[in-house]
Amino acid sequence: MTMKTAEKFDGTQVRGDFPILRQRVNGKPLVYLDNAATSQKPQAVIDAMNRYYLEENSNIHRGVHFLSDKATQSYEAARTAIARFINAPAPRQVIFVRGTTEAVNLVAASYGRVRFREGDEVLVSAMEHHSNLVPWQMVCEQTGAMLRIIPMNDRGELFIDKYEKMFNSRTRFVAVVHVSNVLGTVNPVAEIIRIAHGNGVPVLVDGAQAVPHMRVDVRALDADFYAFSGHKMFGPTGVGVLYGREELLEAMPPYQGGGDMIKSVTYHKTVYNDLPYKFEAGTPNIVGGVGLGATIAYLESLSFGAVAAYENDLLAYATERLAEIPGLRIIGTAREKASVISFVLEGIHPHDIGTILDDDGIAIRTGHHCAQPVMQCFGIPATARASFALYNTKHEIDILVKGIHKAQKVFS
Amino acid sequence: MSALRELYQEVILDHNKSPRNFGRLEHPDRKVDGYNPLCGDHFTIFLKLNGDVIEDIRFDGAGCAISKASASVMSSVVKGKTIAEAEELFGLFHRLVTGEGDPMEQVERLGKLAAFSGVSEFPARVKCATLAWHTLHTALRTGEHRTTTE
Repeated sequence: MTMKTAEKFDGTQVRGDFPILRQRVNGKPLVYLDNAATSQKPQAVIDAMNRYYLEENSNIHRGVHFLSDKATQSYEAARTAIARFINAPAPRQVIFVRGTTEAVNLVAASYGRVRFREGDEVLVSAMEHHSNLVPWQMVCEQTGAMLRIIPMNDRGELFIDKYEKMFNSRTRFVAVVHVSNVLGTVNPVAEIIRIAHGNGVPVLVDGAQAVPHMRVDVRALDADFYAFSGHKMFGPTGVGVLYGREELLEAMPPYQGGGDMIKSVTYHKTVYNDLPYKFEAGTPNIVGGVGLGATIAYLESLSFGAVAAYENDLLAYATERLAEIPGLRIIGTAREKASVISFVLEGIHPHDIGTILDDDGIAIRTGHHCAQPVMQCFGIPATARASFALYNTKHEIDILVKGIHKAQKVFS
Repeated sequence: MSALRELYQEVILDHNKSPRNFGRLEHPDRKVDGYNPLCGDHFTIFLKLNGDVIEDIRFDGAGCAISKASASVMSSVVKGKTIAEAEELFGLFHRLVTGEGDPMEQVERLGKLAAFSGVSEFPARVKCATLAWHTLHTALRTGEHRTTTE
């Protein structure tokens, strides 16, 4: 790692930590602006995962032998680091899952399917990713509960007053995204949770896009469930976290059955294991957990406040530069935004923008971003999206702007 | 920029800007929706058949330049053709955009479709180029339902 203490942060200080950024694409230096889809990994994370397979690989929680003990320690140390990182009261409230999607499905199945009854109501926001919408649609179909949508304005901000009025005696659950992957909106989740709790309703927060950009404190938010993915926060794919309030997790039945989630098994009866193992059936993604632990260590070596200030600066610069382009419209103009910019160009479909930018080595996302209802809300089929991470620079934004001008020239 | 120029040839830019046969047919014999769930491109194809001849064709919907131009060029080349001839052109076009064999050898039969030769350099865009054709194929083979590129 190149820096530790800086009050002032600059993306160029850490670019060297991310080996993939050194490559050229189509003969041009890679400009990676698809961080909301997945982020790149620092050498420290790659090394930790390598080291695990080179020196520690074994199954966890089982063997009495040296390697099994070492692997278990590494995996559980990662859990402890994550708990500290999000300020969870205890590591047993940190459940390893495949990613945000599995975390939401776990809660939908083990909480929703068990508790929701016909006529109950579940609130989700109008800006949810499919991963925090479809599982709730499924559980509503199974239980007869009804999904209600918290509306948003044309800037991409939720109507909190309308949300507050949606509560009634049948409201059972709220599932809401912390930071929108399409609009960049940072939702006031602490307030959203406070209102729900005032009505005795628990809240799940999809934090997939929040964790890479801000310090998340699950206790300060008072979240009942908080879900996020490793790969969007510079860690490996295939591993993520469900944080849950202990009494809720305790009361929930297991999500999947199998090894490691049991205390004792006879042919007819099983006593389930304690938290968090009750929810971790089967051999988990051990190397993923170890990698995520290394990711936390990497992030903790940086000053989060300084990184956030730097990203805000990038966002402000990119917003200003893009807004200058004739025919460009930014989708998502919330007052509180993370460094994600969706846009459409008059007369040019996002896919064509994506192809033309790629020719200059610029990676952006185009399409509906797994949020088709959000597209419908804004009356557009798709957007182009540039999403920035701590290693991006203003110079790269200049290259993006040049690329957009080039796309306009091709289609002029 | 040469691969890009190959992709966005004049014919494609022109048909994107001013698509031919764009709109709906009243009382079509066949009407099929085509949809690419990956990108949200969607087109509806309307056909008027006279025996096994495609007497008239229109398309409606929205998509990227490649998918829209492809639908437009397709509509103009299959109009007046028999079902068998249209299916044969689809086969030829498919080989062209996936870079299988050398369909440019048959450049005369491809006609305006040859403008899509650059697509083979962009595997991610093959589905854009073939969406309308898959939809037409479904319309010719079956009747009224929906097709996707998946």
